[in-house]
Amino acid sequence: MGEAIAFYTLSALILLFAILVISVRNTVHSVLFLVANFLFVAALYVLLGAQFLAMIQVLVYAGGIVVLYLFVVMLVKLKQPETHRDPQRRSRLGLALALAVLAEFVVIALYGFVTPAPAGAARPTDAALAVHNVQEIGWALYTDFLVPFEVASILLLVAMIGAIVLARRGM
Amino acid sequence: MITPAHYMILSAALFVIGMIGVLVRRNIIIIFMSIELMLNAVNINLVAFSSQLQNAVGQVFAIFVICVAAAEAAVGLGIILAVYRNKETVNIDEMNLMRW
Repeated sequence: MGEAIAFYTLSALILLFAILVISVRNTVHSVLFLVANFLFVAALYVLLGAQFLAMIQVLVYAGGIVVLYLFVVMLVKLKQPETHRDPQRRSRLGLALALAVLAEFVVIALYGFVTPAPAGAARPTDAALAVHNVQEIGWALYTDFLVPFEVASILLLVAMIGAIVLARRGM
Repeated sequence: MITPAHYMILSAALFVIGMIGVLVRRNIIIIFMSIELMLNAVNINLVAFSSQLQNAVGQVFAIFVICVAAAEAAVGLGIILAVYRNKETVNIDEMNLMRW
């Protein structure tokens, strides 16, 4: 019961702030709503027993990426951001496509509700993963996923160099 | 009882909100934030299934997604700054240099 209340409250807040992010006029407010959205997603991760990922979410998203966005919003001049309209633009078509995708997702989810789960998919009762969360993730990351882990570090290095080169004056 | 289907519906709704942002808004910074929302929706799905199956692999994938999102944000915002320096705009309807 408590889980259900927490889930519905967090879901409502996440969706509310996501809608605010894409609907408000002021870009700075949009970034601040994005921070709130990320923090509530982190709370949802705690609800799911993924404490380590919740910490990563707060540190990397709410701490790092959003600061990057705020810097860019402050650096560019947003006088009237969306005055110029392209006559060839099809915003209504885009909205219709997005709603079609939503309908598709809802049909898939309803199908999942209606169809009974297979016998082997019952939820295990022990909460071992929640207790040893960091240990489990570290074990998986440094044994089975060692090569992707190193590739990810190379990706971050390339992104860092690329960002410096792109933002440099004279580009 | 909260099942993974509930998390899937939440994730689908969040993904569609991000998709509407990408397709409808014209401020490129808002579009980048919508992409972050979509990546977050995918992460919620991965973590929900990781919790359901009591398997840490889903959370490891979520960490990789966050890593790629950070790289994407850094490079993308660098590109926004470079474009802004040349064209003095963040409106994608005015960025039509490479259109045929």
